[in-house]
Amino acid sequence: MAKDAKFREEALGQVDDMLAPGQTFASIDRDITDLVLTKKAPKAWWVALFVSGILLGFLMLAITGLFFYGLGIWGINAPVGWGIAIVNMVWWIGIGHAGTLISAILFLFGQDWRVSINRFAEAMTIFAVSAAGLFPVLHLGRPWLVYWFFPYPNTLGMWPQFRSPLMWDVFAITAYVLTSAMFWYLGMIPDLAAMRDRAKLKIQKVLYGIHALGWRGSALHWHRYEVAYTLFAGLATPLVVSVHSIVALDFATSVIPGWHTTIFPPYFVAGAVFSGFAMVLTLLIPIRRVYRLEKFITLRHIDNMAKIMFANGLIVFYGYLNEVFFGWYSAHEFEMYMIWNRMTGPYAWSFWALIFCNGVVPQLLWLKRIRTHTIALFIISIIINIGMWLERFVIVVTSLHRDFLPSSWGMYMPTFWDWALYLGSIGFFAFALLLFIRWVPMISIFEVKEVNHKHNH
Amino acid sequence: MKQDHTKLTREDLLNGRRPGQRATILAPKGEDPERERQEIVFKEEAERRLDLADVRHRLAGKEGDAFWQSLEELSENPEFTELMAKEFPRLAPEMSAVDRRGFLKLMGASLAMAGLTACTRQPSERIVPYVRAPEEFVPGKSTFFASAMPMAGYAMGLLAESHMGRPTKVEGNPDHPASLGASDAMMQASVLGLYDPDRSQSVKSEGRESSWENLRNALQAQLAAQANVQGTGLRILTETITSPSQAHMIKAVLDKFPRAKWVQYDAVSRDNSRAGAKQAFGDYVDTVYHFDKADVVLSLDADFLGAGPAHVRYARDFSSRRNVVVDGTKMNRLYTIESVPSLTGANADHRLPMRSSDIESFVRALARELGIDAPGTDLTGEQAEWVQAVADDLRAHRGSALVVVGERQPAVVHAIAHAINEALEGPGNTLSHIEPVEARPEDQHSGLRELVDDMDADNVRILLMLDTNPLFSAPADLEFAGRLEKVPLSIHLGLHEDETGRAGTWHVPMAHYLEGWGDARAYDGTISIIQPLIAPLYDGRTMQELLALLIDRADVSAYDLVKDYWRERGVGEVFDNAWRRALHDGLIEGSASPDKSVSATTSFPAQDARADGLELVFTVDDAVWDGRFANNGWLQEMPRGLSKLTWDNVVMLAPSTAEELGLSNGDMVELAHEGRSVKGPIWVQPGHAKDSVSVQLGYGRRHGGAVGADVGFDVYPLRTSDTPWFAPGATLTATGERYRLATTQRHHRMEGLADRRLVRVASLEQFLSNPEFAHDYAPEPTESMFPPYDYSQGYQWGMTINLNTCIGCNACLVACQSENNIPVVGKEEVAMGREMHWIRIDRYYAGDLDAPDTHVQPVPCMHCEKAPCEPVCPVGATLHSADGLNQMVYNRCVGTRYCANNCPYKVRRFNFYQYADETTPQLKLLRNPNVTVRTRGVMEKCTYCIQRISKKRIAAERDHRKIRDGELLTACQQACPTRAIVFGDINDPDSEVSRMKAQPLNYGLLAELNVRPRTTYLAKVKNGNPVLAKGGAV
Repeated sequence: MAKDAKFREEALGQVDDMLAPGQTFASIDRDITDLVLTKKAPKAWWVALFVSGILLGFLMLAITGLFFYGLGIWGINAPVGWGIAIVNMVWWIGIGHAGTLISAILFLFGQDWRVSINRFAEAMTIFAVSAAGLFPVLHLGRPWLVYWFFPYPNTLGMWPQFRSPLMWDVFAITAYVLTSAMFWYLGMIPDLAAMRDRAKLKIQKVLYGIHALGWRGSALHWHRYEVAYTLFAGLATPLVVSVHSIVALDFATSVIPGWHTTIFPPYFVAGAVFSGFAMVLTLLIPIRRVYRLEKFITLRHIDNMAKIMFANGLIVFYGYLNEVFFGWYSAHEFEMYMIWNRMTGPYAWSFWALIFCNGVVPQLLWLKRIRTHTIALFIISIIINIGMWLERFVIVVTSLHRDFLPSSWGMYMPTFWDWALYLGSIGFFAFALLLFIRWVPMISIFEVKEVNHKHNH
Repeated sequence: MKQDHTKLTREDLLNGRRPGQRATILAPKGEDPERERQEIVFKEEAERRLDLADVRHRLAGKEGDAFWQSLEELSENPEFTELMAKEFPRLAPEMSAVDRRGFLKLMGASLAMAGLTACTRQPSERIVPYVRAPEEFVPGKSTFFASAMPMAGYAMGLLAESHMGRPTKVEGNPDHPASLGASDAMMQASVLGLYDPDRSQSVKSEGRESSWENLRNALQAQLAAQANVQGTGLRILTETITSPSQAHMIKAVLDKFPRAKWVQYDAVSRDNSRAGAKQAFGDYVDTVYHFDKADVVLSLDADFLGAGPAHVRYARDFSSRRNVVVDGTKMNRLYTIESVPSLTGANADHRLPMRSSDIESFVRALARELGIDAPGTDLTGEQAEWVQAVADDLRAHRGSALVVVGERQPAVVHAIAHAINEALEGPGNTLSHIEPVEARPEDQHSGLRELVDDMDADNVRILLMLDTNPLFSAPADLEFAGRLEKVPLSIHLGLHEDETGRAGTWHVPMAHYLEGWGDARAYDGTISIIQPLIAPLYDGRTMQELLALLIDRADVSAYDLVKDYWRERGVGEVFDNAWRRALHDGLIEGSASPDKSVSATTSFPAQDARADGLELVFTVDDAVWDGRFANNGWLQEMPRGLSKLTWDNVVMLAPSTAEELGLSNGDMVELAHEGRSVKGPIWVQPGHAKDSVSVQLGYGRRHGGAVGADVGFDVYPLRTSDTPWFAPGATLTATGERYRLATTQRHHRMEGLADRRLVRVASLEQFLSNPEFAHDYAPEPTESMFPPYDYSQGYQWGMTINLNTCIGCNACLVACQSENNIPVVGKEEVAMGREMHWIRIDRYYAGDLDAPDTHVQPVPCMHCEKAPCEPVCPVGATLHSADGLNQMVYNRCVGTRYCANNCPYKVRRFNFYQYADETTPQLKLLRNPNVTVRTRGVMEKCTYCIQRISKKRIAAERDHRKIRDGELLTACQQACPTRAIVFGDINDPDSEVSRMKAQPLNYGLLAELNVRPRTTYLAKVKNGNPVLAKGGAV
């Protein structure tokens, strides 16, 4: 009982607050900029950088091996022409969704609580989408010809083939990564100026100064900024939906049972948000602890993110049920077999693990106690990340490995090289993110101040 | 100076002769015989001119010594060759495929195809056109030459395609009785055998480099001694010889050395059928079957569709009676009783798995039923039922019934079958007896035993082993290897320096049949002259050349050895005309063996006691035969008939036996018989007879090439001269180890999904009552969101594959590989599921695991009209052509593999690595120059042989006409023994393919997906016997 009371005090006491009480403009400025400008990096940062550096080495190894030997070093074959490279691509793109959703959609909806996490989430988006972008290039048989995907004027007199969903992917992902990067940078300009102003070292002053693009904080600047930011938010919002819908169309427009499903676009978007929030939680919970950011990232933030994650998780789970139902309801023997094979075939483990990770475990989030219990949430978010990876594995591999003609059925198992590339992409992502939190204020200073002003005064 | 050298040798090549040989005529073969005959005349004139020109050229040259030395080179003066060999020691021919640098050096000579392989100097290559182009030699245009491939002694008539002097492909010879234009996998793969980089490349003595001259000297010394004793110590060991010229030369040797002996031995022995004929008729007789005239066929352990010198012809004849629906002929009925599932069994209307040891009892019971005195042991209930049903059916078809017995069965079974056939009035109707085709029919096993005894007793001083590999394939009990050591001079002639080549004192590289002159007879005795298409790549000699050393004709060329023989025979009125005609046609007309009138005995001695227990059966392998094709990658990678295994042999047994023994696929076992044992992996084969294990000959080669070395396990150590085919009393012991097998088809059924109806089958009665049965399932949609393309101008290609006639023989698969430069990927890649074949033969089982119905279905690209692969390619590398083809643009492909994922038929193949060997020079020569060699990272698939379409279209446009129906054949279609594949213009309602597509049996595989496949299938109709409900029709 006593424990419960303490919990309530700790948890509920803060839940309604967007920021811990007693903060001033100066303290906010100091607390956030000092992380970058004056404080030494915590030991955990160095450990994480070391580990992600090793993983980054895997990426180099995997790419070198791939270019030297060819795609044959992966486990792909006929009938499974796409392996975990595509699984990873979809997974990373999905993860990216949380950032844009938080900064654009929540901005438009006037959700102030987003300000503590949007910078970080956006950075995560950009690095996740960059990691995702590795795969469609590397999985090509002849990656040096990747520029053929783009509609550029050429002596071949050839356009790309606009009917192909992979073509749409190129546009969707390019637009997404460019918009996200610009949006992120735009939102950072006032903070970069603050960094410039607070910097002690010459080099810091110069570098932050250059990147602050001459921001002086005049009313006109602020006006322009607000207009541009709102426009960008408007521009980024449809991209949140379009990118993963189009990735979903890679599968949905095909004829393969298990891919040829109209439910895919919305279900992929929900899945993306689900996995994106899971990844934000996975990353923010330890960072919050290590950098003592509890006053900015309160349990209310955590709870809100868990709620969004949970809502999307329920949509995704509904999607799974729907797939099974329509597999049966189609009365189409190939569809029925596909569902049956997913549930009982050689890859049944992946299906049931998926249901456990994405269907069963998130049910814990009905409980507020769990949603505000950071350790539990951290574990759940990791399980969901795994589940979302498995979801794509189930879709890509179990659909391909047994399609129409039993004579062509086969099996797919990732090789060392497949895993090396996956680990390498994680290394790339983590390395970039660690540099980000070391060099750039990971929480939007001016927005936090604004919120602090609005709510505490 | 050098230019002269190159040019002259190039011309030699064109003329198909070795440097210095007299000009000879290679008769091209094509569609228009009249024009070609004229061309031959022109060619001959051209050659005469050419010779004169050469002389003039020589006289004009004032270059002195060097020039004349060059001429000596050209004339292949033995002293010169000797000198060269000494001065430039040859490179070790053992280089494996890895040693590219070595190959490049070595291949310098053969690249220029100068034939002077003794010379390591690399002849200069000038990229200049001919000043005077030889007749028939149009760059880019291929020519065809009629020849024949000797296969275990028997000729398969063929047309070899030559591109700029390189044979690149073989096709069947439509005029040849054993081919009728079709071919088989081994014949198709023989071109790769020609260019095999592992072929032996020089004469060797005791494993060291030597020369033909040294051999000649060594032999002369020994022969001189033998001449004094009339050749007492001289032995010649060959395989079965049908070649008249070879037989003649052997006879000449035997005439010169009267006490010398000639022994024939084939590992795939025909002793049983020879002895059976002798037992039945008192004399050696060959039997030729006429399956086209048989209404009811009973096959006893015989794979007449899959193996044997006549199997291509028999497949055609047999399938001509399976087409009831298409051409209205009466449908035949095939009963097959066999221990090991074969192609013949897979195509049977009724198949009864039975141990090979039990078949004698069955045939005796059947004979008794038909009034022949053949006492035998009792049968089981099911067997007795079968005897009754089959006997009734055979009796009801007197004059049109046929019983065929496989080589595996003992002589008495053959003899009884002869008696049964006679009782059924077979001779003259469904079969003919002819004079033996072999030059000297004999009991080969006893001959070999005698030879080995002589060797053991040190009576053999000189042993010639010509085109045979007894060290590998001789029966284990004869211990050939140990006894060979006692022979002071043993000479091996062979394509590879194989086990025997290494053990003997001398090894001589043999000329491939595409390199040397020869002759051979087909199954019915028809004689073909074998003419070379290229000068020997590796200094190879023909058997005739080697034999000529023994009879002092060493200076006669291989060409003259053959031609002189036929000149002496005086074929035709004017020999030169007849010779030219024979070369042009690929056969000597009217040379088939005459019929022989014989009558079979009808009384047979009582049967020996039946032996129970686990029986061991040896089978000939689909791919490597007795081991001779072990180094052929195309054949090694060809999925074996029913198991779809590649790169291995296995211990096969029935599912029920496997269950009893607790074994499953890939378990290693020790297979023992009479104290001998071998180790191999288990393969559970549905339809295999119970209590029987079978193993395939020809694997586990120790020497003879890098491709075949150590592939599979050698079963010859189990095989004795008493029981070459089957024997009871085998034991299996699991060793506990596991072994990885590479199969191209891991799923054998239509996976319980009857509705998939991938292969649609009905019984004859069902078909007659419902001709549209093939459309009962999954109606084909007729509407599409996309408007149809207007094909009314020009062509619209399409294909049908008739499942009634397809026997699943793989000829199409290897033909496609040869035509389209399809790479070999190796066992590991096959195990990964990355084989590259553009057409595959799917095989499905239905029904009982131990006696299933087997269905085969070739699957090439369907060239869907609404192809799902096309819209998904982001760079537009796969497109539809104006004549309906689904095309693949290799240059544009970036390798997303999206097309392959979206192909419902999974016929697209991806180059995961650089599979095509771009470095081995020999393999460059092999390739079809009209087909792009694909690189890493590119998708590929069946093109409907677009290069052939283009070739014919160009020819037709030149004549201002359309391509005629039947003029254009795809490689698979041309190779198909049963004409199951029909290709043509579906715009033309009268084309054969349109007529096929109009059949009620025509259906599209997965057509319910609305992809509109252009390749469609004719559903299968089986003609079961209503009496035998079990193992029934569908």
